[in-house]
Amino acid sequence: MAAITMKNIVKKYGDGFPAVNDVSIDVADGEFVILVGPSGCGKSTLLRMIVGLEDITSGDMVIGDKRVNDLAPRERNLAMVFQNYALYPHLSVYENIAFPLRLAGASNDEVDKKVREASKTLELDEHLERKPANLSGGQRQRVAMGRAIVREADAFLFDEPLSNLDAKLRGQMRTEISRLQKKLGITTVYVTHDQTEAMTLGDRVAVLKRGVLQQLASPRELYDNPGNLFVAGFIGSPPMNFLPAEVDGTTVKLPFGSVQIPADKAEKVAGKGLLIAGIRPENFEDASVIEAKDEASTFTAKVEVVEWLGNETYAYIPFEAPPEVEEQLRQLERDLDGESLRTQLVVALDGTSRIKEGEEAQIWIDSRKMHLFDPATGENLTVDKANAGRILGNAMAEAAEQPAAAG
Amino acid sequence: MKKTGLVVGVAAVLVWCLLPVAWIVSLSFKSQDAVSNGTDPGFLPLDSFTGWDNYQAVWDDEQFRRAILNSLGISLIATLLSVIIATLAAYAIARLEFRGKKFVLTVALAIAMFPVVSLVSPLFDLWRTIGLYDTWPGLIIPYMSFTLPLAIWTLSAFFREIPWEMEQAAQVDGATSWQAFRKVIVPLAAPGVFTAAILTFFFAWNDFVFGITLTSTENARPIPAALSFFVGPDPFQRPAGLLAAAAVIATIPIVVIVLLFQRKIVAGLTSGAVKG
Repeated sequence: MAAITMKNIVKKYGDGFPAVNDVSIDVADGEFVILVGPSGCGKSTLLRMIVGLEDITSGDMVIGDKRVNDLAPRERNLAMVFQNYALYPHLSVYENIAFPLRLAGASNDEVDKKVREASKTLELDEHLERKPANLSGGQRQRVAMGRAIVREADAFLFDEPLSNLDAKLRGQMRTEISRLQKKLGITTVYVTHDQTEAMTLGDRVAVLKRGVLQQLASPRELYDNPGNLFVAGFIGSPPMNFLPAEVDGTTVKLPFGSVQIPADKAEKVAGKGLLIAGIRPENFEDASVIEAKDEASTFTAKVEVVEWLGNETYAYIPFEAPPEVEEQLRQLERDLDGESLRTQLVVALDGTSRIKEGEEAQIWIDSRKMHLFDPATGENLTVDKANAGRILGNAMAEAAEQPAAAG
Repeated sequence: MKKTGLVVGVAAVLVWCLLPVAWIVSLSFKSQDAVSNGTDPGFLPLDSFTGWDNYQAVWDDEQFRRAILNSLGISLIATLLSVIIATLAAYAIARLEFRGKKFVLTVALAIAMFPVVSLVSPLFDLWRTIGLYDTWPGLIIPYMSFTLPLAIWTLSAFFREIPWEMEQAAQVDGATSWQAFRKVIVPLAAPGVFTAAILTFFFAWNDFVFGITLTSTENARPIPAALSFFVGPDPFQRPAGLLAAAAVIATIPIVVIVLLFQRKIVAGLTSGAVKG
């Protein structure tokens, strides 16, 4: 068991492109840290640098109190679960799990004891003599985990372990991994592009974009206090809505009308001109289903599509964005691997809402939960820095140098 | 209708391919006189049937036994060495990045395309000078040089099919590169290894040109060459029955080896390693 410290890790490929750029993350002993981001953000590369399958261009990788930059994978004593499991097809499940022990030269009794123990934990007992080819996806996944837990590794590394499973199994295995990690109390680094996995599994989540660490914080901090547009757009499903906004005093002018925001937020963004307002879908409500509503934060809009899911209703409201904001939003959508066809508002309403498609509806906004972003840098101007973990990223680095500039 | 067509087709191909073999088998059971005088021209040996006499006679021949031994020894050694070298070389070509990789592959292919006959006379002179003429290594070396390219190409294709993750997983599990190669990669490439082995063995066993030019005595003369020197009890009569029996015996090892290795060439051995 050991802590993993990454200090200014850089990975440059032959063409000089930095796949991972100056990333520093401390993973405490026993902590579960998630590396998350859209494809090509360098998260897998970073994981492979931890385990030693990828050379580190510069920076320090410290496991426990040992700098491991120049150690071979087998000298780092880490266990890894690969995306495609990488089971040895010519060996039985038993021998697959026993493989690391046999390499370490363990005696037959010891191997047997540990393999049986691991197979019991993972409920693989009746499959021990089978070959991987005859196992289902979930069973293969468990064998891969068995191979990882059977040796006393310093840390577990997971590279998108659930991406090959179907949705139901993915949910089960997610809980399984979480349970196992808590039981063993082992340091874990887990790579995923799935934000549900990131939010549910991690003690802390590191959000990466094009090789640069954007924010390192607990799931709750990430959700409530995203450091920039990218993190705000990446975390949450359906994603946060981004609207062009102009602030005048405590009044925020949105495409549908004006709402009032708290004075402390207004103060941070005074005199900034055109901004991007970020509001989560659940921070809207059908004005007719809430009692204590603040009239100043209500607007009327034409609902284009309604999706009723039982417990809640999603309503889609298209809007026109000014070109300077639109460009930024399109860029954001590209960064998030998305394809934005149009600018629209997604609002999550109460399941009892009776709003119909094509109707003019009264929508209420919880403006206290509104974030305001600088359209040029993407920085969250209204972020609560004390509860946002560590915010980085290019735009953020500049902002950190002049923290008072916003006021 | 479709089924009868299939049966007829298969039968036609079988007859076409196996007729010469069947004829040789038939000849090997006929007596020497019957063959020379043409008294028993039918396919089945009737009144000329001699039982195992021809086989007995061939086997009692010291020269023949020696030739079989030469052939077995030379072919097996050439196969073994060739497969070992090809496995290592193919692994390097499939997995490692190094300068001149393309060059190695191209040259290997060029060698495979080189006409064997054109090399025979220079090799004859060279071997006589350096003392390899009429020795086992004198045949093993040319056999290897002609089978290695094919073996390397076959094996590197197999190695490329094996997911990189297998090896990386092994390394993370604590294996050295050599252990990962030996315990994970080679077992997975076994079908390729056996394919390469069969091809090499075929080439070495069936070769006639090198066998007859680079040897002069039973010291190293392999069976195909030895057969051409075979003389029966009567020097004025070609011992067709004996030759046929010898040819049948010479075919047996290759049939055995193919049957043995064929079981190992199971497609889809890697299935289940990774998803998809």
